[in-house]
Amino acid sequence: MVLPSLKLQDLIEQIRGAKTQAQEREVIQKECAHIRASFRDGDPLHRHRQLAKLLYVHMLGYPAHFGQMECLKLIASTRFTDKRVGYLGAMLLLDERQDAHLLITNSIKNDMSQGVPAVQGLALCTLSTMGSAEMCRDLASEVEKLLLQPSPYVRKKAVLTAVHMIRKVPELSSIFLPPCTQLLRERHHGILLGTVTLITELCERSPAALKHFRKMVPQLVQILRTLVTTGYSKEHSISGISDPFLQVQILRLLRILGRNHDESSDAMNDLLAQVATNTDTSRNAGNAVLFETVMTIMDIRSAAGLRVLAVNILGRFLLNSDKNIRYVALTSLLRLVQSDHSAVQRHRPTVVECLQEPDASLSRRALELSLALVNSSNVRAMMQELQTFLSSCPPDLRADCASGILLAAERFAPNKRWHIDTILRVLTMAGIYVRDDAVANLIQLIGGAQELHAYSVRRLYSALAEDISQQPTVQVATWCIGEYGDLLWEGSCEESEPLQVEEEEVLTLLERVLQSHLSLPATRGYALTALMKLSTRLRGDNNRIRQVVSVYGSCLDVELQQRAVEYNALFRKYDHMRAAILEKMPVVEPSGPQADEEAKESGEAVPSPSEPQASKLMDLLDLLDGSSGEAQQLPPMAPSPEDSLVHLLDLPCDPPAPACSSSAAHPAGAPPLPVDDGTRCLRPTRELLLSPTPAPIPNLRVFEREGLQINLSFVRPPETPSLLLITVTATNTSGGDVTHFICQAAVPKSFQLQLQPPSGDTVPAQGGLPMTQLLRILNPNKAPLRLKLRLTYTHFGQSVQEIFEVNNLPVETWQ
Amino acid sequence: MQFMLLFSRQGKLRLQKWYVPLSDKEKKKITRELVQTVLARKPKMCSFLEWRDLKIVYKRYASLYFCCAIEDQDNELITLEIIHRYVELLDKYFGSVCELDIIFNFEKAYFILDEFLLGGEVQETSKKNVLKAIEQADLLQEKTEYVSQQEVLWV
Repeated sequence: MVLPSLKLQDLIEQIRGAKTQAQEREVIQKECAHIRASFRDGDPLHRHRQLAKLLYVHMLGYPAHFGQMECLKLIASTRFTDKRVGYLGAMLLLDERQDAHLLITNSIKNDMSQGVPAVQGLALCTLSTMGSAEMCRDLASEVEKLLLQPSPYVRKKAVLTAVHMIRKVPELSSIFLPPCTQLLRERHHGILLGTVTLITELCERSPAALKHFRKMVPQLVQILRTLVTTGYSKEHSISGISDPFLQVQILRLLRILGRNHDESSDAMNDLLAQVATNTDTSRNAGNAVLFETVMTIMDIRSAAGLRVLAVNILGRFLLNSDKNIRYVALTSLLRLVQSDHSAVQRHRPTVVECLQEPDASLSRRALELSLALVNSSNVRAMMQELQTFLSSCPPDLRADCASGILLAAERFAPNKRWHIDTILRVLTMAGIYVRDDAVANLIQLIGGAQELHAYSVRRLYSALAEDISQQPTVQVATWCIGEYGDLLWEGSCEESEPLQVEEEEVLTLLERVLQSHLSLPATRGYALTALMKLSTRLRGDNNRIRQVVSVYGSCLDVELQQRAVEYNALFRKYDHMRAAILEKMPVVEPSGPQADEEAKESGEAVPSPSEPQASKLMDLLDLLDGSSGEAQQLPPMAPSPEDSLVHLLDLPCDPPAPACSSSAAHPAGAPPLPVDDGTRCLRPTRELLLSPTPAPIPNLRVFEREGLQINLSFVRPPETPSLLLITVTATNTSGGDVTHFICQAAVPKSFQLQLQPPSGDTVPAQGGLPMTQLLRILNPNKAPLRLKLRLTYTHFGQSVQEIFEVNNLPVETWQ
Repeated sequence: MQFMLLFSRQGKLRLQKWYVPLSDKEKKKITRELVQTVLARKPKMCSFLEWRDLKIVYKRYASLYFCCAIEDQDNELITLEIIHRYVELLDKYFGSVCELDIIFNFEKAYFILDEFLLGGEVQETSKKNVLKAIEQADLLQEKTEYVSQQEVLWV
């Protein structure tokens, strides 16, 4: 006995009545079985009902592909009911990636040429929703015929279908361009709207079409003028604005026609001024038209007065009580700030007020705009506002705000002291959100401002005494105290309040930093070094410092331990050199990329200024102790043809790989060069002579999204067959910076993976300096390489996380 | 317009109209992510947000969210009017529409939308004309046989 299948309404009731996901699935599965059965051998009269049920189920997320053929059958039926549901099904279930979609082309053709208007409408609607390029080519002439149909209902749909066809197959423009002239004379709003849309589409795709339609500017101006002044038609109006949809569309077309064309722009000037001043702005519809007008004015060659009017309208929008209007105003002003800077500057106070918006999307826009408006004359006031904002803004905006402030400070700082103060304040307020190089930059800045050493060290000391938790501030402060600590207890400073500091207090503070669990390992390194430096600047004796240093000689943290041991050695064996080694540092040259290179090579995250000192120390000890340092210099190879055999037998097996020679101080993980491999070299030597030099492994583009591209380049150093070096390069061609970029990698268990620190975490926009990161993969078993990458970053204000496996890895990476 | 989605406060999809070709899998992914993003917005926030490389315009009417994805050069404010016009049409057709009407008569909701928008663009700016077209299509549906051209007058 076959259970009767449910009516659509009953099915929906049952599904909604299901208490659990499992129950719902059960109901649906049962019903789908019925539907499938009825498709096979059910009554064709009720087929449309079965399909309707299937479409409902599809919307809930269940598979419905078995309904595709039914759509075809229903479309081909002569009953309107069937066609209606069939076409709906086609739009929902068929898509151009599957060949099945082409099967409806014939039905559509028939319906367009022979159907009643309602049916023609269905066919056109379906074609414009899911019509593929192939279908469009086949049916173009049919649609062209329908443009001349007596029924306006069909004509308006045909025009918009033409728009879709041109989007899919731009060559069809030639068919649909000629009718436009006639269509523009129509009185029917729907057809007019469609025609304006069609002309817009044509002009955007072809400069020839653009030139052709510029002749119609007067006509368009006239249509719009009629709408605005006399064309009050109750059925087309919204809140007293005549057909705002049509107005907006015409304004958009005028924008395209007037762009870079004086004559056309002149022809529209008056009308635009009229619309800008006469449109009622009490409701959204009017504001929508006004907004489009402003955009058009700003984009064409309009008179200066008109441009100012437009920017002022945007300024007024900023004060509107409607959030949406304010948002739109901020976005537009941001677009205009480059081209019409002074006009936008006039609205700076209002923009700054918008920073207080509770809505995060608005305050973000306001922040971007505020940062763009900072210049040398308003920098102090703006920084004040922005810092106030920083202290209270939501966390996801803090990083952008902090970086923005620091950048602006760098560009427009009136004097060094102000600059130092500003950076310090930002670090104190939002230390964890700033970029890694902020600390380095500040240190450089302080180091270079000799006259401000006393001032800086006092300020930093006070800041540190108050709070030792903000790591960037602590790092800068400890460095400063180490360098200029003597200025704390000697000499006075006119610029700040008198500060009485005892040497013991300073030492206590540094020890606190050293011991605090809040301090990062890098910070503790700073503190230890600072203590060491003070040993030459103290007036009293060094016993306390010596004690601390010797205690840390057995610290679990390897970095600290190494430092402590070396400093200890300095105290014991090389005391006579201590003063010279620990004297004040020379001014460090500001060099961004170079600093990154050094950091990368030494494999540490410690910023550059401390490097010269630390490595100076280590180099000195190296010379004295005679131990080999980390630097592994490979002998340059220049094999001459006739001696190649001899050379290859004597010297290390293979010529140095390019990767190894570029980073001279390769991290300690690099295997030492085989020196006495004379015998082992015999076999590989012959192979090398006969086989060609290994071709470089091609680069691989592994990721692309909104302008951010990730490329991998591979190197297999020949002397270490199991090692693969991958350099990840991130470039950004979009208009927005990519920030907080973190790349992580995963490989199968048999591999060993080591990630070097990246060159930075920001990929600047517009093709700025790419970010690079080195991956070292050891593959002793020569197993096929599989690599998964995980990227997290912020781009255009959105956090992005992408996890993907890298496909198409060249075989040379692991064989 | 690239697509329009209607969904409830629980994230259940009530209508989906796609004007760009995407695979089923991609559509599901986009829907899931977008629904999450919009539902996470607080009530006082503005109706616009940037998502991937699209602009999203959304408005909540009672228990339903109407969500449109438009392109960079499209006017957000007029999109709000488009959404509002669609709601008005539904309201007129169903007589004080509520979410249940759209659930139980989802095909009608699609048919109405298809008389208002075509290929992602507005095709008819007169409320009267859209409703008349639907009315006449419904009449046509009631007759089971193929109707000849003279019997129905089209606007």
